[in-house]
Amino acid sequence: MRTGWAGPTRLLSLLALLLVWEAAARMAHSRALPTASAVFAELVRQTASGVLPENLAITLGRVAAAFALSMLLGSALGLAMGRWRQLDLLLDAWLTALLNLPAVVLIVLIYIWFGLNEFSAVAAVTLNKLPNTAVTVREGTRALDRELLEMAHSFRMPGPTVLRHVVLPQLAPYLFAAARSGLALIWKIVLVVELLGCSSGVGFQIQVFFQLFDVTAILAYTLAFLLVMQAIEWAALQPLERRTLRWRR
Amino acid sequence: MFSADIRRKAFPSPAGEHVVIEDFSLNLGAGEIVALVGPSGCGKSTLLRLISGLDTDYSGRVDWPAGAPRIGTIFQEPRLLPWRTVRQNLRLVVPPDRAQIADALLERLGLAAFADAYPQALSLGMARRVALARALAIDPDLLLLDEPFASLDPESAERCRALLLESWSQRPVAALLVTHDFAEAATLADRVLLLAAGPMRIAAERVVPALRRQRRAAT
Repeated sequence: MRTGWAGPTRLLSLLALLLVWEAAARMAHSRALPTASAVFAELVRQTASGVLPENLAITLGRVAAAFALSMLLGSALGLAMGRWRQLDLLLDAWLTALLNLPAVVLIVLIYIWFGLNEFSAVAAVTLNKLPNTAVTVREGTRALDRELLEMAHSFRMPGPTVLRHVVLPQLAPYLFAAARSGLALIWKIVLVVELLGCSSGVGFQIQVFFQLFDVTAILAYTLAFLLVMQAIEWAALQPLERRTLRWRR
Repeated sequence: MFSADIRRKAFPSPAGEHVVIEDFSLNLGAGEIVALVGPSGCGKSTLLRLISGLDTDYSGRVDWPAGAPRIGTIFQEPRLLPWRTVRQNLRLVVPPDRAQIADALLERLGLAAFADAYPQALSLGMARRVALARALAIDPDLLLLDEPFASLDPESAERCRALLLESWSQRPVAALLVTHDFAEAATLADRVLLLAAGPMRIAAERVVPALRRQRRAAT
């Protein structure tokens, strides 16, 4: 397909989805399925009142903290395990256990052990994402080019220089993959964490609207969140990726 | 420059162990250029790795009477960082105060126009010249060249050799050169060692006549 068609095709597909939604909702005429226009109106109302922006900001703060922590700690762990075989043997079973632990179990346990507080919320989300990042970065570390590492060693490059100029550029595709799947995973888990044990944030609001059976508000919050995450992908991830990989032509 | 005394270097193999080097010694004088010529797989590259310290898994020793040297290595492949420009590739191996010298070297090797290009944009000949520039940029005490001009067309190889000779005439540096090419060995080296395999030993040694070296320096 020619690239000129990509934008219009995406737009048309999105419009079609909205039209189908609107038509289905009008035909169903049920509280359980509000129309697209009603959801947009609710989104505007909730935004104007300031309640939605406030809760969205709180949730995004938790997403950002958990994302930064899980990427940083997970990358460090993955790098170390990919680099040192002994450490890999030592920690591999732990990592697999953490990787396969159901998210809800981890969340509930952390709430029980550390209480219903901000630390627990962020820790629960971080621990859910960390093993994915570690496993992805470990793969990348195992695939590092030995010849370039030898070159760096033979020219006595200092450790930080090697990390920044030899290792990280090779890990970039793995880090982007981890960041992308991480962001999607984290925001889903943050909502669960908020639903189970927070008194603020989008997840908490969803719980309130669930009890009120207010589907319009639930969808309005969902829509707001989807828009923000898409904006992050377009405004931050993609430009950063293009910049980092520009040497590939 | 150094005296290497390699008692034994072996690699694991299906048949148990493959001994590449055994009871091999080599001395290199200050400013001396020695060429190692021999069949593929006879252990020439392995010897370079032992001398440069990239491989420490052997019995024997390499002594450096004048202290730990700065070694500029030119590998069989250029081994440039593809995600850094030519200029950055050089600057990353030199201390910040030598950045200007690195730029001047690019100029001298005819690479100035490509200083801000990524290595992918370079021909193999140019990439090998960048690798040469990188090894010279650190102001080495010793150059280790592992078939530095292999798989180049004759003109590019000739140009690289001329650049190397020119830089030697400006500042003599001891060098160990691995090559398959007798003509290249005789053009560049003061002493040529013919090696035989299994385990590696010196089959013959030829000193290149001084007259020839003078003529070489003049060109």
